[in-house]
Amino acid sequence: MFWVGMYVKNEYYLSLVIYILFNAINASCLNVLLGYAGIISLGQAAFFGIGAYSSGILTATYGINPYLTIIIGVILSAVIALIIGYPALKLHGHYLAMATLGFGMIVYICFNEMDFLTGGPSGLTGIPDMSFFGFLLDDEYKFFVFMGAVYMLFLFLMEMFDKSFLSYKLRFIHESENASSSYGIDVAKTKLTTFVVVACITSINGSLFAFYSNFVSPVSFSFHYSVEMLVMAVFGGLGSITGGTIGAAILTSIPEIFAEIEDFEVVIYGVILAVTILFLDGGIAKLCRRLAGKYVKSE
Amino acid sequence: MQFLYSGITSGSIYALIAIGFNIIYNTTGIINFAQGEFVMLGGMFIYSLLYMMNVPFIFAFPVALFGAFVLGVLFERVFIRYVKVKTELNLITITIAGSIILRGLAMLIWGRDTLLVESFIPAKTIQLYEGTITSDSVLVIGVSLFISFFLTIFFKKTKYGKAFRACYEDKIAASVCGINVRMVVMFSFGIAAFLGAVAGVAVSPITYVTYNDGVMSGLKGFSAAVMGGLGSFWGGIFGGIILGVSEAFFASVFPSGYKDAMAFLIILLILFFRPQGILGRKKATRV
Repeated sequence: MFWVGMYVKNEYYLSLVIYILFNAINASCLNVLLGYAGIISLGQAAFFGIGAYSSGILTATYGINPYLTIIIGVILSAVIALIIGYPALKLHGHYLAMATLGFGMIVYICFNEMDFLTGGPSGLTGIPDMSFFGFLLDDEYKFFVFMGAVYMLFLFLMEMFDKSFLSYKLRFIHESENASSSYGIDVAKTKLTTFVVVACITSINGSLFAFYSNFVSPVSFSFHYSVEMLVMAVFGGLGSITGGTIGAAILTSIPEIFAEIEDFEVVIYGVILAVTILFLDGGIAKLCRRLAGKYVKSE
Repeated sequence: MQFLYSGITSGSIYALIAIGFNIIYNTTGIINFAQGEFVMLGGMFIYSLLYMMNVPFIFAFPVALFGAFVLGVLFERVFIRYVKVKTELNLITITIAGSIILRGLAMLIWGRDTLLVESFIPAKTIQLYEGTITSDSVLVIGVSLFISFFLTIFFKKTKYGKAFRACYEDKIAASVCGINVRMVVMFSFGIAAFLGAVAGVAVSPITYVTYNDGVMSGLKGFSAAVMGGLGSFWGGIFGGIILGVSEAFFASVFPSGYKDAMAFLIILLILFFRPQGILGRKKATRV
């Protein structure tokens, strides 16, 4: 995505690429939970929102340094993730899905109702731009370069994670919790750590989103967005690093490129999700790998 | 007392939805995330039959329910049966996919506006002890009591009801005894959709219908089901009424916008501290 953006001069398409990067990070984060650890979370939009709102409120209303607000957002998200994750991660499957969904809804309702803080349904305006080592990130191009760098850093971390002992531990837990605990893995602690770290990264992403759009409203953090993340992660391919990015790139650009299908967007999301589960086990990433494998073999 | 009455009204709706969850859970072990969408569709069907096609209510009601039943069966046939790798994750995702599709289609067909449905019976207010209750509410409570009574008898006494219960206990054993498990699973989705539609029709004059209603009603029905203990019908009714009443009381203390948050707070607390439900005895899976 980064290289695509380098050649794009049109601001509209540039902003599309930036949105893809935001979505790619979110979807990859969900991918870590879902694809590696098998934790189904339908409330990830809440952490994105907590990051965005804590940065938004603290800078717009109280004029605090943007970097400080990102850190405050991270701390807040970590604490909330700990409180929610500690009891929730003991649950499995449907129960966990519903618990995280319920959590996401509570946060969404709070964003809507606490209008003395969040501006209510009409949103929070006047969030200033962020500056990065003296460069004010005030237009699409500058922010794109910054976001591209953040994304690269994120990819690097993901790659490290994919090769790390932790990711194997998570896959083992995903396979069988009983077996892994009998091998001396602290299942609850590993899952909780992953959940909290993922929440923190999502929260940072949310803060950056607030500084980019200079405006946040509850709509961006609704249940619908959590589901969108899920569709991106599943469609792109669970358990692979590229999965989240592929899913985000395709699913973010489809509705933007074909503007006239706006009304069908929701249905298309559903159909894509269903088709992926029914026929494309492993998503696009695995499909590509399989096709590539076939090609190599036939040579 | 007024809160109690309105709480019981909304509670009996949640109870109906909860029973729908329970039926599917009892035969397949799946939580159907699209259950709320059938509630919405019930309301939509009755709206289109009454106001777009001008069908009298006596015919429109069964037609709407039958439509939902067929859709429920189709839902199972199209989505659930073809899941090759039946992991919990895949099943959850596929029902979410189904619910998105139903919601999106509803938005395309009926639009984004709130549709008004008039009361099915002449509006009267009944004076009760320290409060009033409308005829609509009485209808809602009556219908849900009737349905749950009828279902209990169906599952306890009839041959088909026993087949449903057998499938829950052990699918393989049930099929050895000559029960068509696939059929039972299909019908359980149909009946659940039917129940959802009953709830949707009953509630439509009170809350009206929007394409987006499904999420909320589905979640509240689920929390009612969990509260009473997943899989138990009377538990579902009990959970629904408790949820409805506590919501009504909560709304009287805090700003009403937070009312929905209350339902989710209850789900979380129940899931964290007593996942088997207040009435449930079955051991829920916890590590």
